[in-house]
Amino acid sequence: MSSTPLFTKQLHHAGMWSGVISRGKALRFTDLEGGANVGMLLYNADQPTERYNMPDTLKGQHIFHVRTPYCLHSDMGRVFASIVADSAGWHDTVCGCSDATLVATKYGNKDYQAARNEFHRNGRDCFLIELAKHGLGKRDLVPNLNLFSKVVADDTGKLTYVSGHSKAGGTIDLRFEMNTLVVLNTCQHPLDFDPVYHPRNVKLEVFATPPPAADDPCRNSRPENVRAFINTENYYALLA
Amino acid sequence: MTTLTESKLDPITADYRKVVLAGDYFSYVVKKGQIIRIVDVEGNQAADTLFYDAHEPANRFSASDTIRHQSALYLTTGTRLISTEGDALLTIVADTCGRHDTLGGACSRESNTMRYALEKEHMHACRDSFIRGAQEISCSCHEFHLEKHDWGKRDITSNINFFMNVPVTPDGRLTFEDGVSGPGRYVELRAERDVICLISNCPQLNNPCNAYNPTPIEVIIWNNEE
Repeated sequence: MSSTPLFTKQLHHAGMWSGVISRGKALRFTDLEGGANVGMLLYNADQPTERYNMPDTLKGQHIFHVRTPYCLHSDMGRVFASIVADSAGWHDTVCGCSDATLVATKYGNKDYQAARNEFHRNGRDCFLIELAKHGLGKRDLVPNLNLFSKVVADDTGKLTYVSGHSKAGGTIDLRFEMNTLVVLNTCQHPLDFDPVYHPRNVKLEVFATPPPAADDPCRNSRPENVRAFINTENYYALLA
Repeated sequence: MTTLTESKLDPITADYRKVVLAGDYFSYVVKKGQIIRIVDVEGNQAADTLFYDAHEPANRFSASDTIRHQSALYLTTGTRLISTEGDALLTIVADTCGRHDTLGGACSRESNTMRYALEKEHMHACRDSFIRGAQEISCSCHEFHLEKHDWGKRDITSNINFFMNVPVTPDGRLTFEDGVSGPGRYVELRAERDVICLISNCPQLNNPCNAYNPTPIEVIIWNNEE
């Protein structure tokens, strides 16, 4: 990875961002305070009906969470991104995002009129706002990733949020294998039981990165990932 | 431990019955207050199912909203199926299987190449059935004026797998296991608003979700609970 970022952005409070990152670049997330959550959705920048798929990501890698050296799969048998570095070791894939009802119930009402930019935001609104800038909308909402957040399941399927999972200064590096529309926000995890409304600040940095080598740990982490990389390479071979 | 809940309804009194063969799709409007039962006729068959608000199809079943509302992965009696707008679309009112999956999604020809082998691409898969079923909804449900909604791949989101067993372990592994279902087991739901039910009766032959032998399901609908 290049040492100087091509792009840097700090997401403040319940921040949101969307943008296209091409293959051959990597996005680093830094949890600046500890306890961050990044809700994230991914789409093929050139054909956004292809999108991040929670079930294919899970069943393709026989996992319930993601971490390095796993990959984030599209619904077309391809890989959007590889998790090439990761200090947290567990990122939730199933709990989705908060909505206005959840935020009002958990944290109380705090509208813009009274609170100005300290008003309460929610994950769903943030996704819809950023999706609209790319011609997408409600039909494009699918189960999102929650980076930096850990949720475990017991034998009956009951879920428990693990507080304090991500530490201040923690990072995740995603290497993009496709030209990807990234849509994200830093609203709190929907199962975070902390009664205090406190979305954490997160830094984004984009770096140039070389293409994966034949012995790349993410590509070779599962035979399913080897085949998904072949599908991805075939897709770009036709476009080149 | 799972709790099984039997229904008092008798199929003889049903208002609608339809057998859906393996590999086929089914799309139908279930009106508010109606009861829909899905029967695993021969056992160990995955019924991949999506639901939409019949009047506003952008408001549809959401696996992640359903999971976060109940802070639990599996569906059974008492589970409310929550939409992307946070509405309860249906409630499970009876269940003789005990556990239904929200994580496994649907198979597709593309994901089969990733999961099993590149040369498996030709095999029939649920997403193809979902796409065709969604495209036919406008034709089959005139009274809801659904032709205004341009049905397509964007409408195929993370579905329920009735009768499928996808256990998650505390250390975060996920496995496909032989079904907890058996011949004649069923799940029954009450529609909380007018909903479109879209089912792909799964044709997957590469894993044990259908016991390597896809079989028919039956859909039974009653107008009222009483």
